[in-house]
Amino acid sequence: MFYREAGDFSTTYAEDQQTFPIKFDRYRYYLVLFIAIVVVPFVVNDYWVNSLLLPFLIYAIAAIGLNILVGYCGQVSLGTGGFMAVGAYSCYKFMTGVDIWWGGELLFRLPEFNIFFSVIMGGVMTALVGVLFGLPSLRIKGFYLAVATLAAQFFLVWLFNRVSWFYNYSASGQINAPERDLMGILITGPSTEPWAAYLFCLFFTIVCAVIARNLTRGASGRKWMAIRDMDIAAEIIGVNPLKAKLTAFAVSSFFVGISGALFFSVYLGAVEVGEAFGITKSFLVLFMIIIGGLGSIFGSFAGAAFLVLLPVALKVVGVDWLGWPTDIVAHLQLVIVGGLIVIFLIAEPHGIAQLWRVAKEKLRLWPFPH
Amino acid sequence: MKLKLATMAVAGLMAAGPVLADLVMPSLSFRTGPYAVGGIPLADGYADYFTLVNERDGGIGGVPVRVLECETAYNTEKGVECYEATKGEGSLLYQPFSTGITYQLIPKVTADGIALHTMGYGRTSAANGKVFSNVFNFPANYWDAASVAINYLLDENGGDIKGRKIALVYHNSAYGKEPIRTLETLAEKHGFELSLLPVDHPGQEQKSQWLQIRREKPDTVLMWGWGVMNQVAIQEAANIRYPMENFIGVWWSGAEADVIPVGAAANGYKALTMNGVGKNFPIYDDLQKYVYDAGKSAGAGDQSGTVLYSRTIYAGFLAHMAILKAQEMHGVADITQAMMVDGMENLVITNEMMEKYGVTGMGPEFAVSCENHGGPGLGAVTQWDAAAGVWNQISEFKASDKEVIDALIEEDSMAFAAENNIDLRCN
Repeated sequence: MFYREAGDFSTTYAEDQQTFPIKFDRYRYYLVLFIAIVVVPFVVNDYWVNSLLLPFLIYAIAAIGLNILVGYCGQVSLGTGGFMAVGAYSCYKFMTGVDIWWGGELLFRLPEFNIFFSVIMGGVMTALVGVLFGLPSLRIKGFYLAVATLAAQFFLVWLFNRVSWFYNYSASGQINAPERDLMGILITGPSTEPWAAYLFCLFFTIVCAVIARNLTRGASGRKWMAIRDMDIAAEIIGVNPLKAKLTAFAVSSFFVGISGALFFSVYLGAVEVGEAFGITKSFLVLFMIIIGGLGSIFGSFAGAAFLVLLPVALKVVGVDWLGWPTDIVAHLQLVIVGGLIVIFLIAEPHGIAQLWRVAKEKLRLWPFPH
Repeated sequence: MKLKLATMAVAGLMAAGPVLADLVMPSLSFRTGPYAVGGIPLADGYADYFTLVNERDGGIGGVPVRVLECETAYNTEKGVECYEATKGEGSLLYQPFSTGITYQLIPKVTADGIALHTMGYGRTSAANGKVFSNVFNFPANYWDAASVAINYLLDENGGDIKGRKIALVYHNSAYGKEPIRTLETLAEKHGFELSLLPVDHPGQEQKSQWLQIRREKPDTVLMWGWGVMNQVAIQEAANIRYPMENFIGVWWSGAEADVIPVGAAANGYKALTMNGVGKNFPIYDDLQKYVYDAGKSAGAGDQSGTVLYSRTIYAGFLAHMAILKAQEMHGVADITQAMMVDGMENLVITNEMMEKYGVTGMGPEFAVSCENHGGPGLGAVTQWDAAAGVWNQISEFKASDKEVIDALIEEDSMAFAAENNIDLRCN
């Protein structure tokens, strides 16, 4: 009754090709954007932003990035944590001024970048590194590629631990985000207003999602999907696998890098590479897209929400409401999240996005299913 | 600075607002994960100390203490979540027992005007109160530990360790990297050779490091380990038959749980300590009477008297004294977060106080001041007796090489102040 094409006439090609061609869907999307941009910043406090919204938005960007590579292009990657680390460390170097040394002497030092451009540079550097580690994908496939990206994960973490240039020679090996502002409004550092940090991340999330959505339904997305579905057939019909695979690696790493940069600068403020960007991070993001739905932008959001919010929700219910011991709740949390992943994979292998698709189909027929 | 003052005022108001008459002590514990072996006794001791205070004295100054436990699994993201979840309840003092989480919290507590006590861990240069207004790391810090260990070796070897080979096996994180600078400076001063052997989180994989030790045969092995890494290192040392009396761990690598799994082979392993060990403190009689016998012990109740349990008993005692100080200074029993910072900064620990609360000899006498948040920096060496199953203190509490450490603290904290545009206090 609500969700249907009937009576919704397109008079131009542009109208026909828009992201949400159904009017109801489009208004729902505008409503979500309106609430996220206009309402939420006024009602959030420190806890909501730092414990729920920031990790959700940042992991959503990472999940979109990985989804492009795994879900759309079919190249399995276990290097997400390492690529996030590249984003974080590049962002740190650019926001504190990159220093170039040659033969023990300081050759020159770039001026400190604004936080906005530091985050972008985090994405750009990660895209370059991603392309580098994507090169083997031209020769190796499937599990072998997964192992190659796993090597990237370990190598990058080792690199950022080993080379003290990346953490500006600090004794602890940690990187700390200094206070930085955007047009006079603090974005990083402890005195940041929660709404500012939230809006900053929200901006990147929306832009990334829109870019990803349009890339994946355009020519490049079709090439990626052709490679995913059958690479030899794709090559025969004229898709250049070198270009398709490397662009997928570049775009994916760009998004992952942005999320790593935000994760370090806005969300945590101080990170240690082994702990924050270890192999568990790679798996976490991979689980997000598997649970959310491979090859779906909405699925990336749903998966991120599922894995960020569920543990917190379980903790609130277990510890704050029921008053159980914290360790029991922490263990139960692992059991429940793990169990839900298994149930999801059995009951709905295409993830939460598929549930959403089914719901939309049902809505289309409602109230007269045939 | 203005913004900081404003947020401090807001935080103060928020804490003073609700008339909840209790003193909230958050406990960021880690009873799960690879570091649970250390986290469980720490969390139990802290909770039991305040249970005792509530049961025996009816709280502090008549106001009951509420321990707010939050599970971090030693993970920084969960630590931040815990901090944000608990700070709104008027939490007085954070003690995360994790260097990673400490680094997260230092800027946050400073902006929010809450006290942070990192006893023997965290950021060492926080000892400089001129720069770090809300962070305290008395009675001793990592750099003290490194220096105490070297001083101990000097004493053992008649003041000359020139040319000796010392290896540092460390957790490859901010925690493990802390002593390197100090050890390098001391190596220059005393002429010993230092070799560094990092072990990656969580530390189950140490074969290659110990192979290297077997090959290089260092005279002494120092260890900055934590959690499961300790047991593995001691086991590996036993496997290559490294003489245990030449193997010295920091105070986070010297608990019962670290040596018991290795059995008799761990006999003679040494570790530093900053608090008295064993169960021979009068406070254990009170704990028995008011907590254990009443069935109120935290967790499984099986950690009583262990090294780490005693350490948080001592931590609880110091927090207790700081609350008393704050109450005395401000004349109110239900103190706010800002008052707690004052209490910490003006804390004086005397032998009479330790005697009164049954912890005689657990730590040194000291006074905190605006400039010095680090305390006296004393440490002692303990040795594991595998047959008896006890840690014995084998040296007196001795001072570290303050000349070296104070210079390093000054350098590091000033760099931090310059990087973050912090105005120096205490002028």
